[in-house]
Amino acid sequence: MDFLNALVLLLNYIFVPALSYGSQLALGAIFVSLIYGILRFAYFTAGDLMSFGTMFAILFTWYFQSLGISLGVFPTALIAIPFAIIITILFTLVTDKLVFSYYRLKKSPPVMLAMVSIGTMFVTQAIVRIIIGPFDRRFFDGERFILKANEFKEITGLNEGLSIKSTQAITLIVTIIVVTILFWFLNKTRTGKSMRAYSDNEDLALLSGIDPKKVVMITWVIAAVLATIGGTLYGLDKSFKPFTYFNNMLPIFAAAIVGGIGNPFGAFLGGYVIAFSEILLTYAYRKFFVYVFPENLEPDSLIQLLSTDYKFAVSFSILVIVLLFRPSGIFKGKVL
Amino acid sequence: MKQNLNVIAAYSIMLGLIILVGFLQSWSIALSILCFCLISAVMTMGANIQWGYAGLINFGIMGYTALGGLAAVLVSVPPVKEAWQAGGLNMILCVFLIILMVFSIRLILKKYKKSDKRNYGIAFVIIVGLILLRLISEPAIESIEAVNPATTGFLGGMGLPILFSWIVGAFFAGALAYVIGKIALGLRADYLAIATLLISEIVIAVIKHEDWLSRGVKNVIGLKRPVPYEIDLQGKEWFIDLVARFNHGSLSLINNALEKEQILKQLVIESSTVFVKLCFAGLFSIVVIILLIITQKALYSPWGRMMRAIRDNEEAANAMGKNVVKQHLLIFVLGSAIVGIAGAMMVTYDGLFTPGSYRPMRYTFLIWVMVIVGGSGNNFGAILGGFAVWFLWIEAAPIALFLINFFTSSLEETNALRIHLINSIPYFRFLMMGMGLLIIMRYRPKGILPEKIKNI
Repeated sequence: MDFLNALVLLLNYIFVPALSYGSQLALGAIFVSLIYGILRFAYFTAGDLMSFGTMFAILFTWYFQSLGISLGVFPTALIAIPFAIIITILFTLVTDKLVFSYYRLKKSPPVMLAMVSIGTMFVTQAIVRIIIGPFDRRFFDGERFILKANEFKEITGLNEGLSIKSTQAITLIVTIIVVTILFWFLNKTRTGKSMRAYSDNEDLALLSGIDPKKVVMITWVIAAVLATIGGTLYGLDKSFKPFTYFNNMLPIFAAAIVGGIGNPFGAFLGGYVIAFSEILLTYAYRKFFVYVFPENLEPDSLIQLLSTDYKFAVSFSILVIVLLFRPSGIFKGKVL
Repeated sequence: MKQNLNVIAAYSIMLGLIILVGFLQSWSIALSILCFCLISAVMTMGANIQWGYAGLINFGIMGYTALGGLAAVLVSVPPVKEAWQAGGLNMILCVFLIILMVFSIRLILKKYKKSDKRNYGIAFVIIVGLILLRLISEPAIESIEAVNPATTGFLGGMGLPILFSWIVGAFFAGALAYVIGKIALGLRADYLAIATLLISEIVIAVIKHEDWLSRGVKNVIGLKRPVPYEIDLQGKEWFIDLVARFNHGSLSLINNALEKEQILKQLVIESSTVFVKLCFAGLFSIVVIILLIITQKALYSPWGRMMRAIRDNEEAANAMGKNVVKQHLLIFVLGSAIVGIAGAMMVTYDGLFTPGSYRPMRYTFLIWVMVIVGGSGNNFGAILGGFAVWFLWIEAAPIALFLINFFTSSLEETNALRIHLINSIPYFRFLMMGMGLLIIMRYRPKGILPEKIKNI
């Protein structure tokens, strides 16, 4: 019984939150990784593109709410996402046309493009703050919990409760659907294959008649889709604040690199690696050991490896370790 | 010659703008803009050495700035005796333990060849070391933070004049850069950018949350100044005389003695803040000029030519027998040390250390905008970038307000769009920075004052 309690404890405080946070990171990391593989630069606007997409999801949510449209138990934001995606796609394509294509055609070094993406980062951030303001916004509606801690306790008779927020379940389901479609697209369709070919060897791909314009365009479309979905899911689960989204750029980059930058599947797994290690290392295990160990061995300190203040530091330390021992990432991306 | 004219023209415009602010807004604002411009100029010089001379991207500027600030605290604050008694011994023990760990890892690295065994050995040393550190430091930290937490709660510093911290800050930042350089300099350029960005976040996290060292988010306030305080100045005979002489013309017009005295008093209070800021500006200018002379000399020395050669063609320079790795590390350390000076200067000027205020937008990306806009590889350009961008950053709000009023003048006062726009004025500075960066990178990729290379 005690063992079961310990297990539920870990499920509730580590596994479930890490899984949803990891999914949100993974969606971001995939598109950063794709842009790195195909357009060949570090896209510093990543976090702000997510906040841009989320902002429109929120605006559409408000609009639908004012019209009285809702999905019942599901959050209204789910219907808003497709509309937000369209605007974000337009935004990425326009920035590409106005800003990035010039440097791509000139074959500027990747550093130059990364610098330019800092310029777009400033602009995107300004747009988001001017339109919606810098404040914390919650836009979740519908049923908050799928499983409440109390209900779980009643059903199973355990001391520890397990609560699952509906946003966590939605995050996981949407992520699975999106990622499955994405990998099916990349691995099975002709366009997806041409994208991978372009990422592996640009010259060879061009020789075999792949249209670079189309590849680039589709990359931006995928980036916009993933950014909007990932951002909205994060916002539903926690809350929307432009500054937090900007900061999320850092673990997203860490996930993309840990997974092997330029390798979307690696980035997907990298998201979970970062999320789980952040939560595992900063969780206070005292209660867990109280359940597992016999009474006389119970610990008196918190048994917390690192204080929660160092959450970000954990992911970056992992990054440094990976950089030192496997510069191409855990799942073999491009060698940098 | 034409190039020099450009430089002179650009700088005169910049100074003219600052003087204009003095006339239009107030001299106090103009001088504080000038002071921050000078601090930014030091930061851009540091970044410019790394990027312009050697082509290294360093997105960790925020971390070095914060370390410089920490140096200012550790140098100038008087030591807290009770805290040292409570846990000082343990903390010193920890420092020795860390040194021991570093040396044992170095020993392992030297003695054994690259293998799994070696990696396990290193991991073992680190884990055992961390556990020991934790065991020794935890009770000490607790007792240190319990010492009068409202005002101290940390070990304090050395109690030396704060000016020393400008040098100490450079050493702190340089030491950190040495460690980071050893780890990350082998990486490709944009990868290095991400790695340094993340490491600087770690530095901030440590400064924010290690209260025993820096008081963390509780901030350290009331740092000693290297220049006189306004209150002291207002009581000084010579200062009042000076103010009276300066305003002789306007004062002599007033006949009433009582009124005259009151106006003089008002003037003394106003001029005392201006005087203090002038002192700061003087100190900062000395630093900027010294650094400028050194960096200019370095740029045109054989060493500077070698750095440019390495930047432009690493392989060729390597083939010529130049030690690329060593030079990269050297320039990484030098540039970061300069940024460290700027960090200490900034905390000296503010008189307070607020770890919570270090954000990458302001301390890393903005500095990069300055370097790129001003002209990478050219010290005069970098300094100009620091001035121009900081000026715009501060004056963006009034400019945006003017533009919004201009474009929405046809709308009513109560128009929702107009009110919304006016409420979001602070964010237009981001827009201006971004647009400025994009436009400069597109149409003048070498910056306002491009790098000029003397052909010998």
